Amino acid sequence: MNDFGMIPLSHILALSLIIFVLGVAGFLFRRNIITIFMCIELMLNAVNLAFVGFARELGQLDGQLFVFFIIVVAAAEAAVGLGIIIALYRTRQSLNIDDLDSMKL
Amino acid sequence: MAILFYIFGAVAIIAALNVVLQRHPVYSALSLIVVLCAIAGEYLLLNAEFIAVIQVIVYAGAIMVLFVLVIMLLNAGEEVPSSRSRVTRWLGAPLLAAFLAEMLYVIWRYAPMITNVTWESPFGGPKAIGRLLFNIYVLPFELTSLLILVAILGAVVLAKKQL
Repeated sequence: MNDFGMIPLSHILALSLIIFVLGVAGFLFRRNIITIFMCIELMLNAVNLAFVGFARELGQLDGQLFVFFIIVVAAAEAAVGLGIIIALYRTRQSLNIDDLDSMKL
Repeated sequence: MAILFYIFGAVAIIAALNVVLQRHPVYSALSLIVVLCAIAGEYLLLNAEFIAVIQVIVYAGAIMVLFVLVIMLLNAGEEVPSSRSRVTRWLGAPLLAAFLAEMLYVIWRYAPMITNVTWESPFGGPKAIGRLLFNIYVLPFELTSLLILVAILGAVVLAKKQL
């Protein structure tokens, strides 16, 4: 085998970094709370990609196990977070985070 | 095989850009599904077959269905631009650019540019993952079930009619 199928770690990490930065940008500049939540999922996926890249480079499976647990936690987080969003919408009738900046009604 | 990595990467970056730039949350959600599937393709190329399948089933399937359902339930329309948070407007972009430049420098300086791991070296199938999961990581795995139970209860309580 020559360099067929060889992907350097730096390229994986660069891709992960770009997706993470896009997630942070969306988190900062979007106003809709659901879009912000989706940007959090984007950041989680970027971190997962970095984990898989390191696991492959180091030849150890533990990184992939971490990704497995992160996906499980993300599923639980999505369920609870969307429940919170629904409850917020019921009380405030708005999804714009500029209207959701007080802790009490 | 390496060219596929860059194709999937380009798809993921463009779709991620679309997630951030779209004004309507439904378009963002659909773009996010494209991102998740592209990243699943990357996992396949990086010897993580089990994780790729889990990514498609759990992320692109279950979680995104939940998102789209909530968007439709709340009848979320296009977001109205507001200029109340001035700090993020003026400070966000420079700080983000600084972070990007710094991390790119770190990756360029310290991460290895060449690798000798080829696609043929197999690991990350369901068998290997399962063996590790039920030996060393069996306690976190069991705790995960507790976490999911709590999350189910929490979601039901939060989304109930009268809080």
